[in-house]
Amino acid sequence: MVHIKRLQEDGIDIITPIGEIDASSSIELDLTIAKSVGEGFTKILVDCGSLEYISSAGLGVFMSYIDEFKDKNLKMVLFGMSEKVANTFEILGLHELLTIARDKAEAKKLVA
Amino acid sequence: MRAKALSRLLFAVGVVTWVALLFTDISVVFSAKRSLPAEVPTWLPGVILNLYIIALYYYYKLRIDRDDQLNFVDLLWRVFATGLIATVLSLALRLIEYLMEATTLTGNIVYIEMIYLINLGLMISFLLAAFTAWKRLILYQKSKWLIRLWTFFEYALLISLLYNNFIFPETEMVYNTVFGFFVVVGLVLSGNLKWVAYLNFRQKWTSLLLLLLTIFYLIYSFYTNSSLAMSVSGEEIGFADYRNHIFIQSLIAFVTVYSAFSFLVIFFNLPTTSVFEQKLEEVVNFQRISQSIQTEQSEESVYRILLETSVSSVFADAAWLEIKNNEHDHRVFTYRITEKEANDIIHHLKDHHVTGVLDQSTDKTKNLSKHLSSLRGSRFRSILAFPIFVKNENIGTLALLKELPDGFNKEMTKIISTFANQAGISIENFRLLEEALQSERYKEELKIAKTVQKSLLPQMLEKDGNFEIAAFSESADEVGGDYYDTLRISPEETSLIIADVSGKGTTAAFHMSQMKGIFHSLAQNCIEPDEFMVRANKALVYCLERGSFISASFFLVHTVSKKIRYARAGHCPVLYYSAATGKTEYLKDKGVALGMVRNNSYGNFIESNEITYAPGDIMVLYTDGITEAKNSKGDEFGYERLAEVLMEVKSQTPQQIQEHLINKLYEFSGTDNINDDYTTMIIKFNSQT
Repeated sequence: MVHIKRLQEDGIDIITPIGEIDASSSIELDLTIAKSVGEGFTKILVDCGSLEYISSAGLGVFMSYIDEFKDKNLKMVLFGMSEKVANTFEILGLHELLTIARDKAEAKKLVA
Repeated sequence: MRAKALSRLLFAVGVVTWVALLFTDISVVFSAKRSLPAEVPTWLPGVILNLYIIALYYYYKLRIDRDDQLNFVDLLWRVFATGLIATVLSLALRLIEYLMEATTLTGNIVYIEMIYLINLGLMISFLLAAFTAWKRLILYQKSKWLIRLWTFFEYALLISLLYNNFIFPETEMVYNTVFGFFVVVGLVLSGNLKWVAYLNFRQKWTSLLLLLLTIFYLIYSFYTNSSLAMSVSGEEIGFADYRNHIFIQSLIAFVTVYSAFSFLVIFFNLPTTSVFEQKLEEVVNFQRISQSIQTEQSEESVYRILLETSVSSVFADAAWLEIKNNEHDHRVFTYRITEKEANDIIHHLKDHHVTGVLDQSTDKTKNLSKHLSSLRGSRFRSILAFPIFVKNENIGTLALLKELPDGFNKEMTKIISTFANQAGISIENFRLLEEALQSERYKEELKIAKTVQKSLLPQMLEKDGNFEIAAFSESADEVGGDYYDTLRISPEETSLIIADVSGKGTTAAFHMSQMKGIFHSLAQNCIEPDEFMVRANKALVYCLERGSFISASFFLVHTVSKKIRYARAGHCPVLYYSAATGKTEYLKDKGVALGMVRNNSYGNFIESNEITYAPGDIMVLYTDGITEAKNSKGDEFGYERLAEVLMEVKSQTPQQIQEHLINKLYEFSGTDNINDDYTTMIIKFNSQT
């Protein structure tokens, strides 16, 4: 189960998923990102500090926005991942397609 | 058969005893007339008479009492028929007598005696038939007390047969007491007329007629026998005079009383017949509603049945049924009223702020007739409304209308309330059944997909003098998305693949089969691993859904050059054991999974690599179900543990290594029911080459 928080800072939308993203909760993640895009945010950060686990469904959600973000010239950066989660992204090769930063400061620089 | 033979026997006995009675009694009378000493004892006729009675009693018991197929009217017909025969025969004798005119024969006492005995025999037969039939009617609804009383009555009557055989101090008082006793018991028993209620209108009329005729026969036979007895006794004594026979007298009294009671009760119940028929119909309707869940195809039919049965039960002129399941599902079923009229009434009541019925917020039924009177243009003057509940939720309203003012009484309210409740239950059951069926269907689908998926995995793995392969795959409870395969391209070249489709369920299985098709078509042409992945990616992009991807590893093994060329598209890195160094390593080459880059730039994200193998080397291909398997503490099996487990059995055959690995996996997770698909494919290069 996941609980997703949103807050805005300096015109950037920061999405914070807390818990685990599996097949059912990935829908919530999808909706949150879609909502953010719909509200006109061009810079989106995903704080993965409280993300314990992400399944292939959750990964698929991030992956599905790659093309859309490129087309609309939006920027999304993930940061604060645990070693396990980072490893998952790396094996799949998502780190080459998505922007992943170490911490919030670095992430903010990357979207600026 | 036995019963039939027995009844014929009894009838024959009856006839024989009657003939015996005839002879003995005539002989007594004849002797008395001639003032000769009797040739037979004077008590003999009485005894034979009793035997006759007993024979007939059992005969009718068999024919009427034991026959299960007789209904009420049939019983009355039987009695009527017996009486008819008796009376016709008796009348025939009178006719003969009349035709013969007064002659010395007709004046002869023997002749009169004979006529008398014939009539007596007929009357007794008729009385016993009626007695047995009345027994069936009285005991129709048995109670312990009633059965006891009847049995007592019957036995007492049979015992009283002896009364006339012995020379009792036959005081009138004793006689009257016993007779009076029988009459009283007979009266009490005659109060049991419950069977009358079960007759319908037509049957009641038929029964009245039959009873009337039966009473007529009774009167006629009583009169005939009395007059005959009088004319005989006037001259002689010592014959079978039934007028002192307590059995026959009590029987006459009882049969007459019961016939009369039945007649009166049926007659006075004629106006109420329709109510009973109504009640019966209500029960049938109720059954219809409760059984509609199995027999009907849809909720709609249940609604229609409810409408129809409600209308017929209360003689309503019109009705409507409004169903509101949720915001979108709003239906109105009408009966003999247009939807417009119904809506008019609904709005009218709403306008007058009549709350609590048609706005579906109550659980009580309401009689709103007085509100309806103020609506002009409507032909209805009474309305009765009921809420319908399914799972404690009010899903609709049933409204019944009548043109008469104040046309609904309390009884109607009660019965329709029962119908509405039952309809609610039926609908609830109907919905539950639908849910259960759906879930069954879903399970069936999964079963089929699982079977299909299992059949897509290779039956046989490639083998060679150079290497040996063992593979194992198990899917989670739902259908899985793991795939592995081998393909012999040429005597020296073999290609291998392992893949993992993201997600679970039937779609994963379908993508798995696509992967198989792609592998078998592309791998035939000795294609470079990275080119394979690029082409595979292109093909898959057309059919993968948004957010789906496939991780895969593809290998080309050349057994002459001893080289393995491979590409890793986002899949778990292969575990490679080198016999020469005695160490394991994970081949973590660059490569993005298939389906993630949905344009032509994917080629930039995948590369081919090469490795040279040596005898004794082992390659372990696997999916993330292995490394991500958790134990009770939440720890993962992990890469280190996998490498360690391999090291434990590095000198064994692939089959043995596989078995060892799987056992260790189960041991670690504490169960063999792992909640993900997990697959291993182990290749060992032979030591001889």
